[in-house]
Parts: sequence; C-alpha cells; structure tokens
Amino acid sequence: MLSINNLHARVAEAEILKGLTLDLPAGEVHAIMGPNGAGKSTLSYVLTGRQGYEVTEGTATLDGEDLLALEPHERAARGLFLSFQYPLEIPGVPAMTFIRTAINAQRKARGEPEVSAPEFLKRAREVAGQLKIDFDMLKRPLNVGFSGGEKKRMEIFQMAMLSPRLLILDETDSGLDIDALKIVADGVNALRSPDRAMLVITHYQRLLDYIRPDKVHVLAAGRIAASGGPELAHELEREGYDKYARAA
Amino acid sequence: MPAVKQTVEHVEALERYQHGFITSIDQEFAPKGLSADIVRFISAKKEEPEWMLAWRLEAYERWLAMEEPDWAKVTFPRIDYQDSYYYAAPKTKEGPKSLDEVDPELLATYAKLGIPLREQEVLAGVQGAPRYAVDAVFDSVSVVTTFKKELAEVGVIFCSFSEAVREHPELVKKYLGSVVPASDNYFACLNSAVFSDGSFVYVPPGVRCPMELSTYFRINAAESGQFERTLIIADKGAYVSYLEGCTAPMRDENQLHAAVVELVALEDAEIKYSTVQNWYPGDPETGKGGIYNFVTKRADCRGDRSKVAWTQVETGSAITWKYPSCVLRGNDSVGEFYSIAITNGRQQADTGTKMIHLGEGTRSRIISKGISAGRSSNTYRGLVSAHPKAKGARNFTQCDSLLIGKESAAHTVPYIEARNGQSVFEHEATTTRLSDDQLFYVMQRGLSQEEAVQLLVNGFVKDVLQTLPMEFAVEAQKLVAISLEGSVG
Repeated sequence: MLSINNLHARVAEAEILKGLTLDLPAGEVHAIMGPNGAGKSTLSYVLTGRQGYEVTEGTATLDGEDLLALEPHERAARGLFLSFQYPLEIPGVPAMTFIRTAINAQRKARGEPEVSAPEFLKRAREVAGQLKIDFDMLKRPLNVGFSGGEKKRMEIFQMAMLSPRLLILDETDSGLDIDALKIVADGVNALRSPDRAMLVITHYQRLLDYIRPDKVHVLAAGRIAASGGPELAHELEREGYDKYARAA
Repeated sequence: MPAVKQTVEHVEALERYQHGFITSIDQEFAPKGLSADIVRFISAKKEEPEWMLAWRLEAYERWLAMEEPDWAKVTFPRIDYQDSYYYAAPKTKEGPKSLDEVDPELLATYAKLGIPLREQEVLAGVQGAPRYAVDAVFDSVSVVTTFKKELAEVGVIFCSFSEAVREHPELVKKYLGSVVPASDNYFACLNSAVFSDGSFVYVPPGVRCPMELSTYFRINAAESGQFERTLIIADKGAYVSYLEGCTAPMRDENQLHAAVVELVALEDAEIKYSTVQNWYPGDPETGKGGIYNFVTKRADCRGDRSKVAWTQVETGSAITWKYPSCVLRGNDSVGEFYSIAITNGRQQADTGTKMIHLGEGTRSRIISKGISAGRSSNTYRGLVSAHPKAKGARNFTQCDSLLIGKESAAHTVPYIEARNGQSVFEHEATTTRLSDDQLFYVMQRGLSQEEAVQLLVNGFVKDVLQTLPMEFAVEAQKLVAISLEGSVG
C-alpha cells in the first residue's frame, strides 16, 4: 500500500530525513519508534504534504500513485489520514459540521454522492458511543476548550468517521491516562482490516501493548536504523535508543 | 452545514467580482459639478415643494463652510467635488407606474444581481418561502417598489424618498434631519444638499410589518456619486426588519457614495436594520477604482423600551467610513451592533459604532468581527458613552480581529466615556492570525486551501451571521467567501 524509497526531506535549511525506506503493505500495522528529533513527525508531515517540508530526493507512493505530487486535500481524498500529535482548535465550527464538511469534500473529490443526514447521524452516534464521547460534545466547536484526552479521542472519532485507508497516528498516546489510552486503542483496533494500513508513531512502547504492531521500525537520524517484530519495542523500552542514535 | 457546502459550491462558480457589469441604458445627467444651481436642478427634477428645496440649499451653504474630515485611518487622494455628476437617472418620461413600464434592461440588471423584483416570481416560489418587499435604487433614482399594496393594507408606508416628500410631507418634515442633522458632518451635509432618492418607511403604532423590507442600491453611471437618503420610522409598539444590499460595476475611477440613514424608534418599537454591502472594492493589485463609501447611519431610540439592532456585512468598497450608531434616549431602550467587516487587496475600512446612553437603564451590545487579508487595513472605531442621567446603563463590547497573510493590518480604537458612577461597561478584544497550523489541519481532512479558509472564517464570523435574517445569512456567507478568494497563497 505505502511504499517509501530513499526519502530525503528538509525543513528550512536542515535535512531531517536522510534516505528513509519503508514498505507498509495493506492489512498491516507498523510502529515507528525513535528518539526525539529523529524525524518522526517530519515523516508524518512529509507524507501528508504540509507546506515547508521539502522533499529533495526519493519517492513515496500510495498504491503506486505518487503521493508527493498531490495537494494535502487530494491525499486525504485518497484515504490518507493523520491523527495529529497536537490537534488544532477550530472556533465557531461545531465538530459535527466540521466532520461532515470533510466527509463530503472527500466524497466530492472521489466523485461520490454526499452523505445523507440520517446516515451521517446514525454513524456518528455509533462511533461516539464506541469512543465514549458525549454526543453533546460533537455540537461544540471542534476541540475548543477540550482537554488533551478529549482532543485525542476526537481525532480517533474523525478517523473512524472518515474511514481512511492509510492511517498515521502521531504520538496518539501522549497526554492520555490509562483509561483514555484503552478507549483510543480500542477505537483504533476496531479500524484494523485487510484493506487498511496503519503507521503508529510513538516514543514509548506503552501504546503498542494496546495496538499490537506487525512490525516495529527504529527511526534514528533520518533513516530506518533497525526493523523487527513487536519484541523490538520491548528491547527499546529496556535499553533505550542510545545505540541507534550513536550508530547514526 | 448546508450553508458551508453552498459556499463552497458557489465560490467555484464565481469570478472575483461578479457584479462588475455595466448596464447600457439611456441616462439623464445633471451637468458636472456642484453649485446652488445643481441643488435647484435636482430639486426641480424631483418636483419638490419649496420647503424641501430650502432645506437642501441651507445644507449646501453649511457644507461650503465645512472641511473634509481627516481623522479616520484611511488615505486617499483629495476628492474633486466639482468633477463628479450629482444626478444620474434612467431616462424615462415619467416615473414607472408598474413593473411593465420599467426598462427591461433595468429589470435584467436586477435579475443578474439575483433580486426578485417581480412579485409574481416571489409568490410563485415554494409555499412558505420568505417574501420580502423590495425598493430598487438605480444610480440616483428609485426604480420600483414591490408589495406596496399589501403593505398599505396594514398601514405600512414603503416607498421611494421622492414619493414620500410628495405624498407624506408631514411625516418627512417631522422626522427628516431629526436624527442626523443636515450639518452633522461633512458627508452627511453634502448628502443633505444633493440627495437624490432612497427609501422611506413608516410603520404605524402597534403594527408588526408583515414582511422583510429591502432596498437594493446599484451605482451604474460613470463618474456619478450616489447620495441616498433613507428614513425609517417605527411608531409606538411597531416592528420592522429592513435590509439593504449594494453593488456597483467595475470602473477605473473612484466613485463617491455618501448616504444618510435615519432610524426613529418610538415607545416599545423595534427596528432591525441589516446591510450587505458589496460595492466594487477596486483593483486588488493596484487599488484602482472602487467605491468611496462615506456613510452616516444613526438610530434614535426615542421612546422608552425601544430597540434598534444594526447588522452589517461589509465586504466591498475601496474605502469604508461608517459608524452605524444608536442614541439611546428612551429609558430602558436597547441598541445592538453586529458587524462583519472584511478587507482584502488594497481595501481600507474604518468602521464601528457609537452607543450614546442618555436614558436610564439603557443597554447596548457590540459584536464586531474584522477580517483583513491581502494588503488591506481594517480599523474598528467605537464609542460607548453614558451621560450623567443614564443611570444603570450597560454595554458589552466584543471586538475580534482576524488577520490573513503577512501584509494585512488590523486596528481597534475603542472610546469609552462613563459620566455617572452607575454604569457597567465591558470591553473584550482579540486579534488572531489565521494560522498555517489550522489551515493544514483542515486541509488534511480533505478541504482545499480555499475551502479551509472559508470554513475557518465562517467559524470566526458565526456569531454575527446568526443575527441576519435567514435568507440573507446565506447570501452573506457567500459574500464572505467571495471576498476572501485568493487571500492565502
């Protein structure tokens, strides 16, 4: 599904990604772990097309299509979703309005009909129930005055509603207590399917106890320094990132 | 939600300024320039009585002795008042008696603007659809007023100003200049001398006006100023909701628009006055052309418990100089001001309100949302004052500014004067920049950059849009979207 080859990217004048190569097949969940400053968030922004993140070399394709040639909203319409580390507040726009606008924008881009109001409401109630989100919260402006945990839950809510194919979770566990973490992880796990792929970016192994990855990659100094099974995450938890940081 | 969607769809079908067409119609002009003779010419054209001419001439004399104000935060080359036409009218032998006599070109113009002049079209609409009576002003002349008969049945007078001078002189004499005196300020004084037409509304005691009233102003002739005069009186216990819309074609020359609006609310009366202003803003790159909008709008809450609410959506004009105000004379009277002012390109806006608390227990509320994009400048200027007798006066003011891009400017200039110890004034102000973080977040969810800006801006102005009559809220939302096209890039 997602294929990244020798990706180099810089922010301002600093090169952050230095030849990153990664294959993420459909149906799999891969974790990206690494020390602070290794380029984890940069990777998520480069893949989603944020302005200011310049690709200087290499490729990234989604089902063979050149991802890097597309505008951010076009990538979203292809099924790429980023759960933000720091979700933004959108004053004056109720969460429901926001999500429905996004769904319809994506549907329009794909040449599909708009979601009907009853269909949308039914789905919203279901998903909100699963994520233990109070339905009234969805009528409030998106993320305005929400706690850190509520914001993260809203990210997962949006993800479930938009039903993307390639999911990137950027430090989704940060700021979550253990109960909230379980709810969020359950929400993510419910989205696992043979035609979806997930990239879980995290600093700590904790999240991976709840979202079990098929593969773990260590990102250090702008490239994948090691790859392995779930056991690699435990090793990192015990021994830290030192040896990878040094090797780089 | 549907409004946001509509905005998005609408914008895709639009050019930058869609009302920039010129209608070719035989026009009658007064000779260029301004003199006592021109004032007499205008008065004669309108077959006005002697008292009206005398009023105009007095205003003209006073105007000659006045200086153009320079305190607003706007800059423009000096206006040559002798280089403009003060009267332009579609050429017809007599005023049209019905729609059938109106030049079809004119009707086509209003159709292009989306204004439903033909009552039958409105009536043929979906059952329960909102109906509103329209007075259309083309350059200096009121072209047609709809629904007059139906309004007359409940005693509401809605007609052109010229007609009111002829048919209801006692009302005009009593109220004209009673809120905005002829010599109030430079531009109001100019208007008092040369005003050509406008709308007149009188709602008798206890009557709730059965439909929205609206006036559409369009400047068409080149090098002509437009000076309308609007006078609305809500008698005791009456209610009326009024909307004005404005457009003008694209020109290279700046055109002057100096209107005066006077509102009078007697005991227990309520007036809601909404404006959707979309005059040509000038060339976005050079600032060339565009309307100078120097307008005086004031309401007198003359009776106890009377209420006036101004709502304005200001997106057009090269320069806006405008402070719709409320004089809260009656005890327990209420004044409200809701404003969205958007500037883009090279536009300059200096706008706000004045709430003058004179009576006891008077209350006022100001919600102002300024948005500046491009290289524009947007200033909120407001005065809240309580006089010694206005015990228990209350005001709440909220001024929010949103900056888009790196070259736009926003200013907030609030004046507060409390001359008694029993008034409570609250003032809140914020200035924020539309952040790249927010934009990217919205775009990552599937909205294009343009759509993302619209969504964020619509969220920002939502409080004010909600105060507009339903159908105009949709129109205003579209306007907001159009005027911000290409503002991020």
